[in-house]
Amino acid sequence: MIKTAQQPIPHQNELQWRNNALLRAFDFLRPYRKISVATYVAAMIINLLSVVIPQFIRWIVDAGITDRRTDILAWGIAGLLGLTVVRSVLGFLLGHWSEKASQYVSYDLRNAIYKKLAMLSFSYHDYAETGQILSRSLTDVERIRFLTGRAVLRLFQAATLLLATFVALVLMNAELAVLAMLTMPVLGYVAYRFGSIYRPLSLDIQQQEAVLTTVLEQNLRGARIVKAFARENSEIQRFEAENEAWFTLSERAVRVSANNMPLINFIASISTVLIIWYGGMQVINNALTLGELVAFTTYLGQLVGPIRRFGVIIPAIAMASASGERIFEILDAESEVEESPDATDLPAIEGYVRFENVNFTYFGRRQILDDISFEAKPGQVLALLGMTGSGKSTIINLIPRFYDPTSGRIAIDSIDIRDVTLKSLREQIGIVLQETTLFAATIRENIAFGVPEATDEQIIAAAKSAQAHDFITGMADGYDTDVGERGVTLSGGQKQRIAIARALLKNPRILLLDDATSSVDTETEQLIQLALQNLMRGRTSFVVAQRLSTVRMADHIIVLDKGHIAVQGTHRDLLNNSGLYAEIYHRQLR
Amino acid sequence: MGFSIGSASAEMGPRQSLESYSDKVDGQVFNVGIVVRLLAYVRPYWCRMLLALIAMLATTGLTLLVPYLVKIAIDEAIVEADQSRLNLLAVFMLLASLGIYVTSALQDYLLSWVGQRVLADLRADLFTHLQRLSLGYHDKHIVGVTISRVISDVSVINQLLSQGLVTLLGDTLLLGSIVVVMLSLNAQLALITFSIIPVMFLATAVYARRAKVAFRRTRERVAALVGNLAEDLSGIRVIQAFAQERVSQEHFEEVNRANRDVNIDAVTLSFVFLPTVEFLGMLATAIVLWFGGRAATDGDITLGVVVAFLAYVTRFFQPVQELSQLYATMQTAMAGGERVLQLLKTEPEVLDSEDALEMSAIEGRIELRDVGFEYMASLPVLHNVNLEIGAGDTVALVGPTGAGKSTIANLVTRFYDVTSGAVLIDDIDVRTVTQRSLRRQMGLVSQDPFLFAGTIADNIRFGKPDASPEEIEAAARVANVDNFVEMLPDRYDTRILEDGANLSVGQRQLISIARAVLADPRILIMDEATSSVDVVTETLIQEALERLLEDRTAIVIAHRLSTIINADQICVIHNGEIVEKGRHDELLALGGLYETLYERQFVGEPS
Repeated sequence: MIKTAQQPIPHQNELQWRNNALLRAFDFLRPYRKISVATYVAAMIINLLSVVIPQFIRWIVDAGITDRRTDILAWGIAGLLGLTVVRSVLGFLLGHWSEKASQYVSYDLRNAIYKKLAMLSFSYHDYAETGQILSRSLTDVERIRFLTGRAVLRLFQAATLLLATFVALVLMNAELAVLAMLTMPVLGYVAYRFGSIYRPLSLDIQQQEAVLTTVLEQNLRGARIVKAFARENSEIQRFEAENEAWFTLSERAVRVSANNMPLINFIASISTVLIIWYGGMQVINNALTLGELVAFTTYLGQLVGPIRRFGVIIPAIAMASASGERIFEILDAESEVEESPDATDLPAIEGYVRFENVNFTYFGRRQILDDISFEAKPGQVLALLGMTGSGKSTIINLIPRFYDPTSGRIAIDSIDIRDVTLKSLREQIGIVLQETTLFAATIRENIAFGVPEATDEQIIAAAKSAQAHDFITGMADGYDTDVGERGVTLSGGQKQRIAIARALLKNPRILLLDDATSSVDTETEQLIQLALQNLMRGRTSFVVAQRLSTVRMADHIIVLDKGHIAVQGTHRDLLNNSGLYAEIYHRQLR
Repeated sequence: MGFSIGSASAEMGPRQSLESYSDKVDGQVFNVGIVVRLLAYVRPYWCRMLLALIAMLATTGLTLLVPYLVKIAIDEAIVEADQSRLNLLAVFMLLASLGIYVTSALQDYLLSWVGQRVLADLRADLFTHLQRLSLGYHDKHIVGVTISRVISDVSVINQLLSQGLVTLLGDTLLLGSIVVVMLSLNAQLALITFSIIPVMFLATAVYARRAKVAFRRTRERVAALVGNLAEDLSGIRVIQAFAQERVSQEHFEEVNRANRDVNIDAVTLSFVFLPTVEFLGMLATAIVLWFGGRAATDGDITLGVVVAFLAYVTRFFQPVQELSQLYATMQTAMAGGERVLQLLKTEPEVLDSEDALEMSAIEGRIELRDVGFEYMASLPVLHNVNLEIGAGDTVALVGPTGAGKSTIANLVTRFYDVTSGAVLIDDIDVRTVTQRSLRRQMGLVSQDPFLFAGTIADNIRFGKPDASPEEIEAAARVANVDNFVEMLPDRYDTRILEDGANLSVGQRQLISIARAVLADPRILIMDEATSSVDVVTETLIQEALERLLEDRTAIVIAHRLSTIINADQICVIHNGEIVEKGRHDELLALGGLYETLYERQFVGEPS
């Protein structure tokens, strides 16, 4: 239980996107290039001002204070404030623009992820872990946002400021400038080393945090089982083991960053001391004015902030590239079920369904269906019967193309379902899946899920057919009752009936019921069947059921055995001719 | 399916309205009560905290010392042309910088260490507490919400406790010291410079008020975003089956857009504030230059004082900026702290009594005596239920959905306590023994065949971790798991995907039966254990179970009457009461509800 299910679908182009992840992330800035360019222009002007302002201060100290010129002092200060106002306004615009662009990037990325997820077929979602997808669409997208927004901007600002400061220093005093920049390579090296140690460590921490979350999530979801088997103590032990593993990793990261960040500051401050000492000597020797020295130290003071930020941004960029990989892994995933490029809309169908030599293998490893051929005529009810795991649900899932057959062909009204658009196909099929998923919304919204424009009359009619109307109206809020935490907790049978109503409301030509009434009591089931018998008239229906009372009413029964059709026919035929069917029948009657 | 982060939650799953996701915190930024309770987690590490505090004081002192040394260097060494003094001062400055390196490294390390330690402790406490909480809590709370308490809320608290409090303390201290140093350098100039402070306070107050609203809004929106995504992921198959991708996408884009816009608003707000602080800082610099400059011109103060003032003014505004940034963290930490404490305060509904005994080896007699039960006040689920089950008997509970069958199972396992009456096992009231000793002797196959992530073998041995492979396979044979496991390439080592996506529902039910079988319980409860299993397999399981259950007590809940026909006793439950009781043929002869149910299922229509 500790390990999470592995990702068995390898990505052949793994190396390719590893290199491009950062570039691809920046590609998302393209629609906002105007605003981005403006941001960078603003950043450059701000840097220019940051270089000019100490010159002003120097000038004020030298010309105004040392030379006792009050007018220069006054004008200088006025100029200083003027420049600061410009810098503040630009600072605001810079912040606003870069935030806007990067927020739009994360918005676009999330939409792209969502769109992709909605498109990916069932086999992707069978393997994908919800926790993983959630953390990728939230945390990883945030990291990319930071990268495309503030991180690179800060880096750019710091680099250009460094460059501009260096130029200004050289212009003032080349010797001192070189001296001041002497520590830069060391600083660069320390920052780089810090980043390269910190990155893998922080990835490990993230991974461990994911493990911790999974342990917790599994424990909470299996709370009933944990309690029933009195396993609380061992669960606590397991959690604490993972928790301590997390702490060990965190502690290591803490040590690395507690050592490196102050080190970076220290190296930067060596420059200042050097300048005061060497520059001071030059002032003593009259090779430098006091004002120049003050300006020099001011410049160096300005560099401290950006240099400190290097230490934060470098690991952030490293982490963002990992995030990029994780995000593009979703965006690059290929759907097993693809719409063909020249797919046409499926015209209104009669409901003639035909399976021709259909085989299905799950992820190339497990053969689920073996040479399945049959046909269902419009208006027929076809029942699928067989042992657990014999492939009944798979047959149901192939009709709306949730999966594609490995070989063979499925046709509706003689049209291969791979030649039509998914939407036009699925719109004409009503399905009740084996496991009922309702959304946290009102009962009304849940029933109308497939037909948002449905009228109240239609919704009530569907609920009546599904034998759900009575218990719904029995609730205080009726159809407006919330399903979920703050609403009512529905029993398994009640949920199934809402799911049936949801499928019936679509008024589909083909109706697929995958064990739709397993949690419904016999009496209610019988009522649903009576209602369905009316509804199924003129439609093609596929029914998977365990209870023979459901199967018996079918026009055609297919008995599956380990993925192939053992026997098919009507109830009477099978009772007389099939040992297996007779056995199933009599066992239930026993 | 149904991933629980958003499977059914109003808090997490915003389908219809975006407005109802507020934090429900009364908006206090600094709640002393919460901080004090959380500080209890820091107490075990007070030595380190004290050391960190000392390191911080040293850092602050040294940080303040450097500009002062610069002042002396200018005034007393450079202006006086004293080379040796300059050398000495340079060495001092270097030493001070080295000192800052050491003390700040120490401070960073200690604070982060305590922070991470507290985080780990809090998480462990929460997890342990969650294990103690009874099923009533777990039934009512969405998993995703609880996860966010244990994972995210706790880490914001950590930020507040370790970094936040110390930053608050350190920055306030730094501010105070700078004020003192500036006053002592030149009181007049200092006071003139401080005239900026009221403006600063005003700006901060205006910002703080608006930022509170703006940042709270971003949290609401991101919660809505998470909820929407989690919900749609859990329902993705339904969305595709009903071809509703476009509608869902549009809805997601709407939530996504709202999140984007409030974030831009909030950050824009701080980009108004930060340049304002910057400008005010420069204004202070201008004041120093103007008044200090003129004073220096007049010879009232030295140039060194002006330069030192310039340095102090710059340092003055940095903590102000940091403090206002901290404000946003504090917001979220307080809200998070409140929620975490709330969870820790939640008392389990089912508690071991103080003098609870260990349940000795169970023989298996079960008695429900005048049992009444309600999940929510005044909504009775069971009333006046009396039932006696002999040791080794199999009892079947039948009746319509919602009649109260699962509730009886929940009471026998003591997942819930009875509202009135008593549940007795071997004539011992279940409330007088420890839950652990009671449940260790029971096995449950529940309605929802939940399997943990892991292999099939891991899941079967869940109740008996030290089971040998042979024992696992024996249990698997009883539950007919071996039939399909043999067809899997990795057999018992096959990994089960999230939500058991690679197994059919029936197969999952079989595994959960094997799990209960291996646990070797004295009392076995099967709640619709085979509803998705085919008839042939089911009868095979029944035959195997019959041998197994020969001397054990079993409670079986089923809709399929073939499952229950051979039970020693059948109870028909209707609207929370036992309406009929007896063996199959006795009940048929009675001609009541049972007979109706039976007729419907088997003889309903001519074959």
